[in-house]
Amino acid sequence: MNKEAVVVIDYGAGNLRSVVNAITKVGYQAKVTSNPRDVFDAIAIILPGVGAAGDTMDSLEKLGMSNVIRQLIYEGRPFFAVCVGLQVLFSRTEEGGWHECLGVIPGIVKRLPSGLKIPHMGWNQVKQTITHPLFDGVPDEANFYFVHSYYAEPEDMSVVAGTTDYGIPICSVVIKDNLVATQFHPEKSGDQGLKLYSNFLKMALSER
Amino acid sequence: MLTKRIIPCLDVTQGRVVKGLSFTHLRDAGDPVELAAFYYQEGADELVFLDIGATPEGRDNMVDVVECVSERVFIPLTVGGGLRSINDIRRILEAGADKIAINTAAVFNPEIISQGAQKFGSQCIVIAIDAKRANGIDNPKWEVCIYGGRKSTGIDAIEWAKRTVALGAGELLLTSWDADGQRTGYDLELTRAISEAVSVPVIASGGAGNLEHLYEALVIGKADAVLAASIFHYRIYSIHQAKDYLAERGVPVRR
Repeated sequence: MNKEAVVVIDYGAGNLRSVVNAITKVGYQAKVTSNPRDVFDAIAIILPGVGAAGDTMDSLEKLGMSNVIRQLIYEGRPFFAVCVGLQVLFSRTEEGGWHECLGVIPGIVKRLPSGLKIPHMGWNQVKQTITHPLFDGVPDEANFYFVHSYYAEPEDMSVVAGTTDYGIPICSVVIKDNLVATQFHPEKSGDQGLKLYSNFLKMALSER
Repeated sequence: MLTKRIIPCLDVTQGRVVKGLSFTHLRDAGDPVELAAFYYQEGADELVFLDIGATPEGRDNMVDVVECVSERVFIPLTVGGGLRSINDIRRILEAGADKIAINTAAVFNPEIISQGAQKFGSQCIVIAIDAKRANGIDNPKWEVCIYGGRKSTGIDAIEWAKRTVALGAGELLLTSWDADGQRTGYDLELTRAISEAVSVPVIASGGAGNLEHLYEALVIGKADAVLAASIFHYRIYSIHQAKDYLAERGVPVRR
């Protein structure tokens, strides 16, 4: 089988170059694809986060990607979701009127409360709530780059691996088996962000 | 807690940096890619590239610059200057920029804000507002300027700020035309008035001459980020020094 090791899912929302550049920087090659077949064959999958959650879900459905993603996550294929990518893993989102999402993680995605500057934009600290190889070499309370107007509320708090304070506590890292998701953008978070990709891919590719 | 951002601004024309000649240790201080990589290593929180020539050729050069920078620099990149259409925006974003800044085009065609926000998300639509003081000290008012500050529009800057946010702007890059280049400090009244009028983050720009000015813009002006060019380009201060100064005074910064 000719497996492309790392794929980045392209659902037509624009800038994927940063994610690909980050993967290259940490020593791997990523293939950008909108073909579910490529995703099915991959060893590690990255779902980047650009644009609105509703549009993202529509695009994933149209590409025939939603069920593939559900199945692969269920089977434990290493999967890294970023920003809106994290949000669509949940049951439903409030963005642009309530939309059904992938439902891989029970919970909802809500708009940040008014009174705060929205979007939550800039560098904020991630408190690591569990010990995990994803965080190898990353100090607790390290800063990562956020830009989002909606946030996820998991039903089962045991999937939360990192939290961030923005007036309210935000679930900023989710880990469940081989699924990793961050509300911030590792590809825009300097050395610490690159380390997360590096750790994830190290874990993913050593499992073969 | 969300930190305040320090953003060096690179003025570029025909693919070359205009200021920054004090970087004698860089092989080519006029190369925006080298300069960007340097600031990234030094701890800049974001970078802004402004094409001050704003010609079609300049735009092509900018696409090349952004492609090269995004391979080496893993912090947010904002690009502005001469972007006129959704297509211009798309090209820059696909080259690896995270946000685009528009000024003149938004004044002439405000729909570009809502169209851009709908297509690419509000988070990548930055509205650059050049504001010029209009009348007396007792009741300050600011007018929006376009064409790099050369032309006043008569539009009230605060009203314009609110309108762009309603249309879908995700961030404002606010430059005081009066303070820009003076190195006597940001226009704090303007910065505060706009910051308090909108719900999106505001980047203060124009007038930074020392580190106290950065502090004032963030604390008195209530800005979310400060942009500066010459104090960093001429190595009057390093990014580290700026962050140390702010941290000592209780401003949260990324270190």
